[in-house]
Parts: sequence; C-alpha cells; structure tokens
Amino acid sequence: MRNDSLELIVVGRRQRYRRWLLVTGFLAALSCALSCAMLLLGNTIYPVQDVIRALLGEPIKGVSFAVNTIRLPRMLAGLFAGFAFGIAGYTFQTMLRNPLANPNVIGITSGSSAAAVFCITVLHTSNAVVSIASVIAGLATVIVMYFLSKGRSFSIGRLILIGIGIQAMLDAVISYFLLVSAQQDIPTALRWLGGSLNGSQLHELPPLILTVFIFAPVVILLGKHLSLLELGEQSASSLGIAPDKTRVALILSSVFMIALATATTGPIAFVSFLAGPIAKRLVGVGFSNVIPAGLVGVNLVLAADLIGQFAFEVRFPVGIITGLLGAPYLIFLLIRMNRKGEL
Amino acid sequence: MSSVSFSKNKQPSSPIPSNFMTVMIICIILLVVCVIASLVFGSRLVRFHELIDGLFHPEIDTYGANIVRKRISRTIFSLLCGAALGVSGALMQSVTRNPIADPSILGVNTGAALFVVSGIAFLNISTANQYIWLALAGAAITAVFVFGIGSMGRGGATPIKLVLAGAATSAAISSLVTAILIPRSYVMDQFRFWQVGSVGSGSWNAIATFTPFLIAGILIAFLTAPGLNAMALGDDVATGLGVRTGVLRFIAALAGVILCGAVTALAGPIGFVGLLSTHVMRLILGADLRFVIPMSAISGAIILTISDVCGRLIGSPGELEVGVVTAFIGAPLLIILAMRSKVRSL
Repeated sequence: MRNDSLELIVVGRRQRYRRWLLVTGFLAALSCALSCAMLLLGNTIYPVQDVIRALLGEPIKGVSFAVNTIRLPRMLAGLFAGFAFGIAGYTFQTMLRNPLANPNVIGITSGSSAAAVFCITVLHTSNAVVSIASVIAGLATVIVMYFLSKGRSFSIGRLILIGIGIQAMLDAVISYFLLVSAQQDIPTALRWLGGSLNGSQLHELPPLILTVFIFAPVVILLGKHLSLLELGEQSASSLGIAPDKTRVALILSSVFMIALATATTGPIAFVSFLAGPIAKRLVGVGFSNVIPAGLVGVNLVLAADLIGQFAFEVRFPVGIITGLLGAPYLIFLLIRMNRKGEL
Repeated sequence: MSSVSFSKNKQPSSPIPSNFMTVMIICIILLVVCVIASLVFGSRLVRFHELIDGLFHPEIDTYGANIVRKRISRTIFSLLCGAALGVSGALMQSVTRNPIADPSILGVNTGAALFVVSGIAFLNISTANQYIWLALAGAAITAVFVFGIGSMGRGGATPIKLVLAGAATSAAISSLVTAILIPRSYVMDQFRFWQVGSVGSGSWNAIATFTPFLIAGILIAFLTAPGLNAMALGDDVATGLGVRTGVLRFIAALAGVILCGAVTALAGPIGFVGLLSTHVMRLILGADLRFVIPMSAISGAIILTISDVCGRLIGSPGELEVGVVTAFIGAPLLIILAMRSKVRSL
C-alpha cells in the first residue's frame, strides 16, 4: 500500500518532469524559430545563405547593413528584454502570490522609465548613465513602496494601491518630459509610452545582455526556493530556506533585469504580466517555472514584434501589440478573481 | 411609519455643521487670493497698477494690462473646471460608496480620450463643440464598464477592486489610443499636448461651451444631495425613506460623468482634484452632502487654480501643465488613504 502510493508519486513526478522538459524544449525551439524569422524577414527577404554569411562578417552589399545593423540588434533586444521581463514578472507574481502584483501594475517599470526619459531628454547622457539611473530608480521605487506598504501588517491590496498612486505620479512626470522635449521625434516618445524595438542599436545592448547573463541564473538557481516561498513564509523557513535573504536576492535580480530591459526597449506592456500565467498554464505545477516564463516572454515579444511589423499596413511598435493582447487578459483575470472573491 | 415621518420632519432642520460659516469664509478668501495670484503670476509678473488697469480701465492699452486681460479667461476657465471636478468627485464617491472614486482612477479620462482621438482620426472632427459629446459618451461608457467589473463578486465595489478595474481598463484603452495614433502623426501631435491636462487653452469660447454642462451637472448634484445622504445609510434605509435608489444613483452618476467628461474634453485629463477636494471637505465638514458638494466645488476651484499658478511659477519661463501638478498633490493622498485603510476593507 505504502509502496503503491510512493510509486504513484514517483510516476507523477516523472510525468510532470517530462511535461516540463517537453514544454520548455518547445518554447526554446519556438524562440529560435522566431529569432530566425526576425533576421530573415523584412522589407526585402534575403536568401538564407546570404544572411548567414552576413552574420559571419562577410560584407555583402545591402544584406550586411540590413541584417547586422537593423535586424540583429532588434532581435537581440527583443530576445533579452523578453527574457528579462518574463522572469522578473514571474518572480514578483510568485513571491507576492498574486498574478496582479507584477512590475507593470505596481509601478517599478514607471520608475525606470521616468529616470530613463529624464536622462535622455533633459540631461542628454550616455547609455551607461541611462542604464545606471534606471536601475537606481527601479530599486528606489521598490524600496519606497516596501516602506509605505509595510504599515502595521503587510497586505498585497495596499501594496497595489500604493503602487498605482506612485505610478500616477511617475506617469505625469513622463508625460511632462515628453512634452518639454517637443523637438524630439514622436517614435522616441512612443517608445517610452509603450515600448518598442525600433531603432535598437548594437552598442546599446551590452548592459542588458550582461545583466541577463548575471542575474537570470541567480533567479533560475533560486527558482526552487521561490516555489517553496509560494507556500508561505513559515513553511518555507521550516523547509530550510532563509526567506528574507532569498527574497532580497530575488527582488534585486528582478529589478536589475526589469530596469535594464526598460532602459533599452521601453516598458513593453504586459509581457511581465502575461508570461508567468501562460507558463504556469503550459507547464502545470510541480516544477519551477522560471525558465518557461522567460521563454514565454521571449516568444511574446518576438511574435508581437513580427505581427506589429508585418500584419498591418502600418508598422506598430511591439508594445502596442502586447498591450492589445494583454489588457483584455488582465480584465478577464480581474473578472474571474472578483467572481471567486479572491481580491 | 413613525420613523419615516420622524426622518422627514428631521431632514430640513438637520443642523448646519457648526464650522460651516468659518470654512465658507476662509474658502472665499482663498478663492479671491488665488484668482489674484492667477492674474498676477506667470512668465511675466504683473504690477499692481497694471492689474487695476487691466481689470477696470478697458481704455488703457499697456502691455501689462493686456496680459491681465488674457489671463482673465484662463483663470475663469480653471475655476469652472476645478468646481466641476470637485462636484464630480463628491458625486462619484457617494454613488460608488467608495472613498477613492475619482474620474482619473476610474479610467474615465482615458475613455474620453479614446473617443476624442477616434473622432479626430476617423470622423474628421475638429471643434470643441463636437468632441465634447464624444468625450461624454466615452467617459460614460468607461465609467459603467469599470464600475461593472469592479463591483462583481463578494463585497461589491471595494476600493482595491475598483482601482484595479480602472487601471486595467485604462491600460487597455491607452493601447488602443496609441494604435490609432501611430499611423497619424498629425493627430499624435495634437494628442501629446492634450494628454497632459492643462487649462492654458481656456478661451472665452471654451468657457461658453463648458458652462451649460457645468450648470446642468451642479444643478443635478444639488437636487440629488438629500437623496444621496439617505443612501449613505444603506439602500434599504433609503428605500424606506422614499428614495428610488436605482434612479437616483443613475442620475447622480450621470451628472458626475457629465462634469468630468466635459472637463476632460476641453482641458485634457486632470486627475485627483475631485479626490482631494472632497476628502478635505468631508474631513472638515462631515458627511452631509448638502454642504460637502458646494464646498467641494469651491475647494476644487481653489486647488486647480493654485496648482495652475504653481505650475506657471515652477515651470517659468514656460509652464508646468496643471495635470502634472495635481498628480503630484493628489497621488500622495491616494497613498496615504491606502496606508491608513484597514486590510479588511481593501
């Protein structure tokens, strides 16, 4: 009898692991396919071998410029920003145990955006300064919100309300900076309202790529602890986790990734919000969903960018497409949570 | 039976809050001060004799006097908008029985924006007279939608549900707005300036367009105030007192939407004025709407005009749009309300 149930558990676990592998593999393959599509598709569709030769550094007239200067940075920006948004969003949602508590809703992205817009439009600083400022602003937003919402007892509802209040202020600041920088062209302005991959340049990317390479592994390694934290603080500490340290490490890594992704592409709407729930739906429970969430983020950004580029007569930036996809889901989620009385 | 007649007799003679006259006098003094400030301060400081010339001697044609005359329409416009926002906030808070119901939080502003942008983009609408109706329709539809989502489920419309529904709807609508704007840069350019609420566009024309809506809204607010007072005791009690709650709620909400929709159409989204003025007045005067509504109007006018003057002073030689200033004054209040509220009531 006892052996039977043990066997069942082992079998179930193996099944879930197989599903995890399958889904992750599928998502990774899809990401690769979309990345290739990003390189191959464009105003002119070049032959595959030309694209490969251009990527390897061979100068080919026309192809080299289109692929190396326009499409490759765009693809890389989408890839890394999507991964960063996906992982960070999932981390926040899991840690706060509420799908609505993601960096978009609680104002962290607005903090980074405001700092980046200020640096670019008013101070005209270099990319390095923009990145650093956006990280500092993101962290400051988190710290301020933490202290404001601590109060006598912590509550997610209060955190979200305070986050929306802070966001209202930061958004006012962003609109004002956009207004003052009247000479600035409208595409740049829109980047900070909705997020866009347009005009990504190769030399802007290293900070983001470096951050993802440093902090994504941290979150992935802590992923197991994250799923234990989801059980609640007491269960987590009785299972041998230092909740505070883990939480600080997770928040820091997530904020770093979000801030740099925001500084590079602007706040691509709803990716950090959608990635986690979609990954959970695909993988199910039992294993850490950090990597799948990151990959879902990549797929969302790349697919939305391809749709935005080619599906309509006009080219829409990626943030519009993710916004149009994400907002109805947010409303749907709200309705469902309200019905169940989870709020 | 006896309780009904008791309340009916009681109602007219219910006491005026003891500090009402003091508050009234202080507010009127403040109002005068901010009107003068609004006429005097700006990118060019006006001297006293120029102010007098501009106001009372139409035949004198100096530079300073003309500046004062230009600022008159702006000042009146900001007073009217502030009053409308204040009354609208008071109405929405009492209809939704929710301390944080404000047009900007309910997403009404973005709803109005969507309709105005669609009007400019698809219907070639260009005059304020035409798009004020679009803005009103957009505001009304969004308000109903947000309140519908926010009040689903157990416990009705709690602040947190309402805020989230508003934020989600705003996000959805602003994606749509941007999607409409991107292929049309001419609309985008107009919209960028509209998006930050400002009373700088206040001309005599705008005032003329706006006044009927303001009068209608405020009249309805005064007429519904006693009924709304009864409704604050609960729908059952209100029904017992002879109030038709459904009709009353609809009319009051309609007035709230008309007021803030009209402001949004003409001045752009200006947030938090209603939240701020109503809360201050409720804190000072108590919950009786017959006193809170008029005083909210006055304090709303004061807050918006002072914010506008501050914006002109801070942003000198240009100006800081009033929408930015009110967000900075009002959002902290939202945060404080969130911090003070009990966990259960969220």
